[in-house]
Amino acid sequence: MRIYVCVKQVPDTSGKVAVNEDGTLNRASMMTIINPDDFNAMEAALALKDETGCRVTAVTMGPLSAEGMLRELIAMGADEGLLISGREFGGSDTYATSQIIAGAITHLGLQEEDVILCGRQAIDGDTAQVGPQIAEKLDIPQVTYAAGIEKQDNVLKVKRLMEDGYMTVEVQPPCLITCVKEMNSPRYLTVKGILECFHKPIMVLDYEALKDEPLIDSGTIGLKGSPTNIFRSFTPPQKGSGVMLTGSAQEAADALVSQLLKKHAI
Amino acid sequence: MILSEKYQLMRKNFRNFAETEFTTEIREQLDRGGGFNWEMHYKMAKYGFMGVKLPVEYGGQGGDTLAYVLMMEEFARVCPVLAIYANTPNSLGGGPLMACGTEEQKKKYLPVMATGKKKLCFALTEPGAGSDAGGTLTTAVANGDDYLLNGRKCFISGAPVADYAVVYARTNPTMKGNKGISMFIVDMTLPGVSVGNSEHKMGISGYPTSDIILENVRVHKRELLGPLDKGFSTALKTLDGGRLGVSAQALGIAQACLEESIKYARERKQFGKPIAKNQGISFMIAEMATEIEAARELIYNTAIAKDAGEKDSAMKCSMSKYFTTEMANRVAYKAVQIHGGYGYIKDYKVEQLYRDVRVTTLYEGTTQVQQMIIAANLLK
Repeated sequence: MRIYVCVKQVPDTSGKVAVNEDGTLNRASMMTIINPDDFNAMEAALALKDETGCRVTAVTMGPLSAEGMLRELIAMGADEGLLISGREFGGSDTYATSQIIAGAITHLGLQEEDVILCGRQAIDGDTAQVGPQIAEKLDIPQVTYAAGIEKQDNVLKVKRLMEDGYMTVEVQPPCLITCVKEMNSPRYLTVKGILECFHKPIMVLDYEALKDEPLIDSGTIGLKGSPTNIFRSFTPPQKGSGVMLTGSAQEAADALVSQLLKKHAI
Repeated sequence: MILSEKYQLMRKNFRNFAETEFTTEIREQLDRGGGFNWEMHYKMAKYGFMGVKLPVEYGGQGGDTLAYVLMMEEFARVCPVLAIYANTPNSLGGGPLMACGTEEQKKKYLPVMATGKKKLCFALTEPGAGSDAGGTLTTAVANGDDYLLNGRKCFISGAPVADYAVVYARTNPTMKGNKGISMFIVDMTLPGVSVGNSEHKMGISGYPTSDIILENVRVHKRELLGPLDKGFSTALKTLDGGRLGVSAQALGIAQACLEESIKYARERKQFGKPIAKNQGISFMIAEMATEIEAARELIYNTAIAKDAGEKDSAMKCSMSKYFTTEMANRVAYKAVQIHGGYGYIKDYKVEQLYRDVRVTTLYEGTTQVQQMIIAANLLK
């Protein structure tokens, strides 16, 4: 069994957000972190690795500098990293991104027992679309919002987090599962893991390497292959500071109503 | 010093662990209630922090001195006493064993220590001896296959929770000064071993310190650590690492003092403006930050010099401890000063940092002992 864990480098939301002229994010100028939900997906993969000894591959698409993120995930326990990087892939939306990632996974091979894990969604786009689209393009079953994964013989028993409870489903690999943060607490790194991660392999696949894959078509990748058009993106203005109304409940309510009347809100 | 990617990742990981796990509640509970947080000990052990500097073949993580000081700095920055939890096995515990343990001793003690299953303390100090090992009154007399140990050790960090102690005892009464002293690994469960009450300390509560009393304790000859009668001179070689660890601990505390001061000086308003706008305050902050940065360079540089086996690295360890621990006390003083009356109240972290940092100029050789070592190196 091999588990592919799809991870994304996202802007550190505690820093400033920069936007290019075409409306896409200027990722190069921002501090980055590993998307938090992806850590939960990696922990789920490593827990299965602890149990079964399976192979774990961290997969990302991004600039070459994303190698550092893959090293960190290898230090955490992944066996290797796969970096999909090329100018042709730049500006991809979720449709094009999932097309490319599905192509790269096909390139490495998706076997009978293999599993793809993703985080529920990324904190930059918040679409939660890439995981499910990868599954569709690979024509494999998908289970979203997983809060628990248990391996039972040939199937995986997945506990899905719903708004009002849990749903347990069984799924037959190869399959794709997206993980929620409630699933687990990601492990810390060890010094030994950090020392070893610089000696483990990171594959880099560019357009040249992938262009013969049926899923990789210059018309369906990159900015040109992305059906999403960004109308405008901007940093929302900071909200002004609030006003605390003091006094008794009656006084505060009166003050509130008079403010709302003054602003023609009521 | 610009840290390579490897060490940057280590720092990030140590910081992440400390900021997530060392909660304010745990810090305050240890400060006020004392005791020992076993849960935290096992949590640290799970991630290999007990054996950061110990070789992989003995259950450690295979890291170097720089990795160890980064851990001490980042842990102490969040909770000074919890930094000590991971310190001993890497320094005073693991040091003597690595330096002069037999293969059998290393295999027996290092893996259980590196994985946190067993704890080891370092028992050198006595009421009349410490840096002056010549005053050691604890004796070890050969008796068949054993040695009979008698004496009293004091101020032993971690003694009440230790499974083993490295005990210094006089094996040759005719030799004077530092000579005639040997090291033994003493199982704390042996008949005749007892520990005193935990001391009530000014700071770093939450890591118990007590006496160890040895009454006709029968220790097998195979537990003799290092050469007979030359224990102290061997020990001296291993003390540097611990001193660098204390330096890094003081550095972390100083960094915390600076961060707390910057935060407070921006928030606190007097005379219609944040106190940070006053030169009297801002210059103190500039001075603190500059001294901290100087100490950090010295410590990291010394860590690399030590691993490279540079011949003056022992002196540099003393320089690091001398400069950093004194600096950290100056910084803690200013942090409390910037906080004004609030800095004297337990609700503010600097109150605890001020007390916790005080011991750093004392344990593992006082500032004056470090100065003696530095001077002796230069004037020999």
